[in-house]
Parts: sequence; C-alpha cells; structure tokens
Amino acid sequence: MWRCSWLLIAALAAIASTHAAADTAYVSNEKSNTISVIDTDKLQVVRTIKVGQRPRGILVTKDKKYILVCVGDDDTIQMIDTNTYKIVGTLPSGPDPELFVDHPNGKLLYVANEDSNMVTIIDIEKRTRLGEVQVGVEPEGMGISPDGKILATTSETTNMVHFIDTVTRAIIANVLVDARPRYAEFKKDGSELWVSAEIGGTVSVIDPARYDVIKKITFEIPGLRSEAIQPVGIRITTDGKTAFIALGPANRIAVVDAASYKVQKYLLVGHRVWQLAFTPNGKYLFTTNGLSNDVSVIDVASLRVVKTIQVGEQPWGVFIAEP
Amino acid sequence: MIRSVIVSGLLACFSTALAAQTAEIKIGYLRSAEPKTALSLVEVPAQNDGVAGAQLAIEDNNTTGQFLKQRSSLEEVKLTEDDPAAATLALADRGIAFVIADLPPDALLKAADAGLSRDVVFLNAGATDDRLREEDCRANVIHTAPTRSMLADGLAQYLVWKKWRRWLLVVGSHAEDKRYADALRRAAGRFGARIVEERTFEDTGGGRRTDSGVVQIQQQMPVLTQQAPAYDILVAADESDVFAGYLPYRTWDPRPVAGSAGLVPTSWDASFDQWGALQLQNRFVRQFSRRMTARDTQAWTAVRILGESAARTRSADPKTIFDFIKGPDFNVAAFKGQRLTLRDWNLQLRQPILLTDARTIVSVSPQEGFLHQVSALDTLGYDRPESKCKLK
Repeated sequence: MWRCSWLLIAALAAIASTHAAADTAYVSNEKSNTISVIDTDKLQVVRTIKVGQRPRGILVTKDKKYILVCVGDDDTIQMIDTNTYKIVGTLPSGPDPELFVDHPNGKLLYVANEDSNMVTIIDIEKRTRLGEVQVGVEPEGMGISPDGKILATTSETTNMVHFIDTVTRAIIANVLVDARPRYAEFKKDGSELWVSAEIGGTVSVIDPARYDVIKKITFEIPGLRSEAIQPVGIRITTDGKTAFIALGPANRIAVVDAASYKVQKYLLVGHRVWQLAFTPNGKYLFTTNGLSNDVSVIDVASLRVVKTIQVGEQPWGVFIAEP
Repeated sequence: MIRSVIVSGLLACFSTALAAQTAEIKIGYLRSAEPKTALSLVEVPAQNDGVAGAQLAIEDNNTTGQFLKQRSSLEEVKLTEDDPAAATLALADRGIAFVIADLPPDALLKAADAGLSRDVVFLNAGATDDRLREEDCRANVIHTAPTRSMLADGLAQYLVWKKWRRWLLVVGSHAEDKRYADALRRAAGRFGARIVEERTFEDTGGGRRTDSGVVQIQQQMPVLTQQAPAYDILVAADESDVFAGYLPYRTWDPRPVAGSAGLVPTSWDASFDQWGALQLQNRFVRQFSRRMTARDTQAWTAVRILGESAARTRSADPKTIFDFIKGPDFNVAAFKGQRLTLRDWNLQLRQPILLTDARTIVSVSPQEGFLHQVSALDTLGYDRPESKCKLK
C-alpha cells in the first residue's frame, strides 16, 4: 500500500514535470523577417520575434542560451537570447548565410555561404571566424557526423557532396549526386548520409566510410508530374528506422523505411514543404510549408497530420529545443 | 643524343601524367560581329552579351571540375567577313568539338553542315527561329535558346488566363518581325485568343535617337493605334526593335501592351530572383559589372550542359558527352524551378518562359491548367506530333 502511493506520487510528479517542461519550436519566416515561437504541447504560436532580413537557417545552441538565425540579406547570423528573446549579438558568417550546422561539442558553427562558394567556421563563444573551406558552386546543405569528425556540405550547382575533415579542414572526398543537392543528414549512428537533390528529384544514400552512393531513392505520386517532386528537408528517427523527406512543391512528406529504402506512405501537408524537425521526444514532426504560411504537425507513431499552425509569411527553417 | 632522348622521354612522361590528371573540354564560341542596337538606351546590348554568360559557366564548370580533374576552356571567335564554315573548320583543327553559336539562322546552318564531317556539335544560344528546330533541324545542333513559338505560347497562355483574349496585333516590316507575328497568330489560335485587327508599322529607316524624338513619337503612336475595333491588349511583333518600345502609354485607347514591349516573354530577366536565380545574378554582376541578359543565360546554360554531362559521364570524350546529352538520363538545373530536358525529336531544351515588365517577373509559363500528356513544358512551342524535324 505504502509502495503504491509512492509510485502514484512519483507518477504524478513525472506528469507534472513533463507538463511544465514544454518544448519550443522556432520557425524562421523568410518573407516576414520574423521567428514564430510555438509551444509544442499547446501546438500554438506563443510569440513572434522580429529579426533581420530573410531569416532561413535556424538552430538553438547546445547550451540552450541562444537561438542562431541566418539572415542572408543582412550577411550575418543573429544571436537571440532564449530567455529574453532579444537580439544580443551577431556572428561573422561571411556573405549570404543560408544554412548551418553546429559541432556536437557545441562550440563550433559551420556556415554555408551560397554566394561565395565557401564554408565558414565560427567559434560561437568567442564570436569569431576561425577559417573557411573552399567548396563547389552554391554550398547549401550541411550535415555533421555524430562524432563530429566529418562535415558534409552540398554544392547546389556543382551537384556534389564534399566530405570535410573537421580537424584538418580539408576536403577528403567528393561524391557526385543528382541536380541541386539541398540537404544532408547523417543517421544517428553515423552509418549513412542521406542527401536530397531538389531538381534531380532523388535522395542519395551514401556510405560515409566508402564515399559511395549505395542507394538512390526515387518518388512516384499518382497524378503528379515527376518535375513537381523536389526533395529538400530530411529527418531520420533516432532509432534509424524511418526517414521523413519533404518533397517541396509536391506538398507531401515521403515516409521511407530506412532499411529497405522503400517509400511507405506520402503525407499531404501544406504548399512547398521545405524543412523538418522532430520534437525531442520524437512524438511529433514539424514541417514548414513555405507557400501556405503554415506548419504541419505530424504524429510520428500514427503517421497522421494532426494539426496545422499558421505562422509568418514563407516559413523556411524549423528547430525544436527542450526548455 | 642520349640526353635529349632522356629529356624528351621525361617530358612525355610528364605530359601523360598531366593528361591523366586533368581532362580538358575545349569549347568554342562563334558569334556574328554585327553591332546590335536598341530603342531604349538601357537595353543596348554590351559588347560581351552572351559570351559573358559562357565565361561564367566555364568558371562554374571548373569549380566542379577541380574535384573531378576536368577542365573547360572557351575560345571566342567573332565572324566579320569570314565564312562560318571556314571558321568552324578552323576551330575543329584546334581540337574543339563543341561550339556555342550566337549566329543568324543561315550562318548557323552553314557552320553546322561544315562541322558535321568533323563531328563538331553546336549549341545554339542565340537564334529563336522555329525552322532551325523544324524543317531545317540538324542532328548536330542543340538549342538552348527558346523558339519564337515557345515565347509566343508562354505569353498567350498568360493573356488567356487573364481573359485578355482580344488582341490588336501590330507588326513591324522586317522579316523577323513577321516571323514573330506568325508565332503570335499561331499561339492565339492554339489557346483561344482572337486577333481583332492587324496593323503594320513600316520602318522607313533613320536613326533611333534624336534630341527631340519624343515630340513626334507622342503624336505618331496614337495615330498608329486609333480607330481600332474593341480590344483588350495590344500585342506588338517588333524583333527589330524599331517601334514597340514607344507603344506603352501612347496608344489611342488606354490598353496594356505585350509582345516586344510591355509584358515581354523571355528566357531570363535582370529582375528574376526565384529558385536560387539570385545566386547566379549575384555571381554575374560581381564578375561583369552589368546585369545578366537572356542571351547570357542561354550561353551559360549551353556551357553548363557540357560541364554537367562531362561530370556525369566522368569523361571529356566529345562522343561520350554528346551521347549522354541525347540520352534519357540527361537533365540540367538552370534556376527555372524544375529540371530541364531535351526534346529528343529536335534537340530543343524544354524550359519555362518568364513574363517580365522589365522591373519584375509578372508570371512564369506554362500556366496552371494547360495540360499535356508528357510534360507541361511541351505546351510551349511545336510539339512532337506537329514537328517537321527528322534528325539523321
């Protein structure tokens, strides 16, 4: 009896703590120059933050102190305090930053400079530029291996993935993929790198040890022309079993079995779906729908779209952080 | 003696090693030297119009090529009195197998026929003549320039979508103006517009610029367009750029203008920034200190087709590259929001058509609702069943 009530109390406490600790989704709105802040429990916008011009790439630093957002038309990255939501500084990103990724150690930031064919490396704490790596034409997608040793950068006009050694900052391999590669995502165990090709209409699965394309995933949707299927954002579940791929103007998310590489299902979301993010508990997947100005929320277990949340104009990036 | 043998042997070793390191794709650029002009001072083409686009694409190819040990180079030849056939053979003698052509149609055909025996492949980045893709098509000519019929169809789809179906067609007196008018008439018929009346603007010669030109023009254009039957939009066919630019705001009835002025169908515009085009525009302005034109883009795309195909085939061998371009796996990304492919029956690049008022992009055709069983892009221009082209 005593034991039971202790269990009950513990359970109640656990519920209370998860309730208090709602995660927060940050959505960058490319056209309205704002970030929409979404409470992922209530699934509603609780705040809108004004930022610089053309916000796209967005993340929260590992120490949870700052929201970082690429404001490409201002040629910088803005740092927003996660407590006050005030812009408290900038990072020397180089011209026209679009997408970035942070090192697992939380200290370094790698930024794709689309206009100048390079990747800029930044020390987040010191807010200084440490160096840059010359890559192909129009770098965009940025993926980092879970051990932090390899940075994968895609060049949109060169149609390649460049594998960069993060210690020597040298390119160690280049892998040709299909036209206009937009996004690079490692599996959590580092065994595979998935790269989307927007114009080519495919996703290449690359063995990062051998620098080989081991599988090219294609998509077919009845009633849609193949040109309208343009894969961009990719997210793979923590267990590595399922991948979600945003198909741009096809207005759908492809759900792919990451073992057989077969498409299991297409989920209809908003117009021109671009980037994706899981809630930290893996329950929901958020999608940014650029041309319908909203975010779709997908229940990962049931593979259903459970909610559509209106945000600013032309939502682009999304990052979800624990409190 | 022995020493020289060793030296030459060493040199041979070095050059083989170099060849193994970097494969070169030599590209020629053949253009006519005739000066181009324009009604509007801001539209007078630069000396390097077209070739600048090719030069930028060479850099883009080589940024990619450095990772694949491939290199593209460009040699520009301006035809003055020269024979296009002789110029082609001279390029072939220098090991050039691909030539970007910005030539009038007859000169292009002469060059193409001369190049046939030497396996020279041309990429037409200038001429919009439909006949080069129809009765006069050639198996060694790829076209990155859109045709007049593609441009006219792109415009017509938008005007019909807008329900501006009654057109007053005003045509210049030069041969190319009449050919553009033919394409516009065909487009009206295809998409359900009606030409309520046609008028001709006679080019009586003379300079385009005078110090007090505006006084007369202000009176001439209303007279040209007065007493027309009821119409929604004036469509002008003036490729020679003699009068169309004077029509907007000067018509007798208050009507918009399209075609060669007003709302213009084109493959590119300096204001176009969608689908990542901003990056290409920025690269171009940084390098050439001017804005990118349709001709620059058509040449850029031609050189990128070669670079992309060399990268895909991992080869600098011209036959391998050309076979890939003609094959089912070829496509090229050119900032048009979708992959561009070739019409296999006449080697014309399929492409969306931009509609611009010279300050913004008003729309991009094909318009929604114009359907096609193969590709929506084939609603623009002559389609396979109508084609008169027989590639040998």
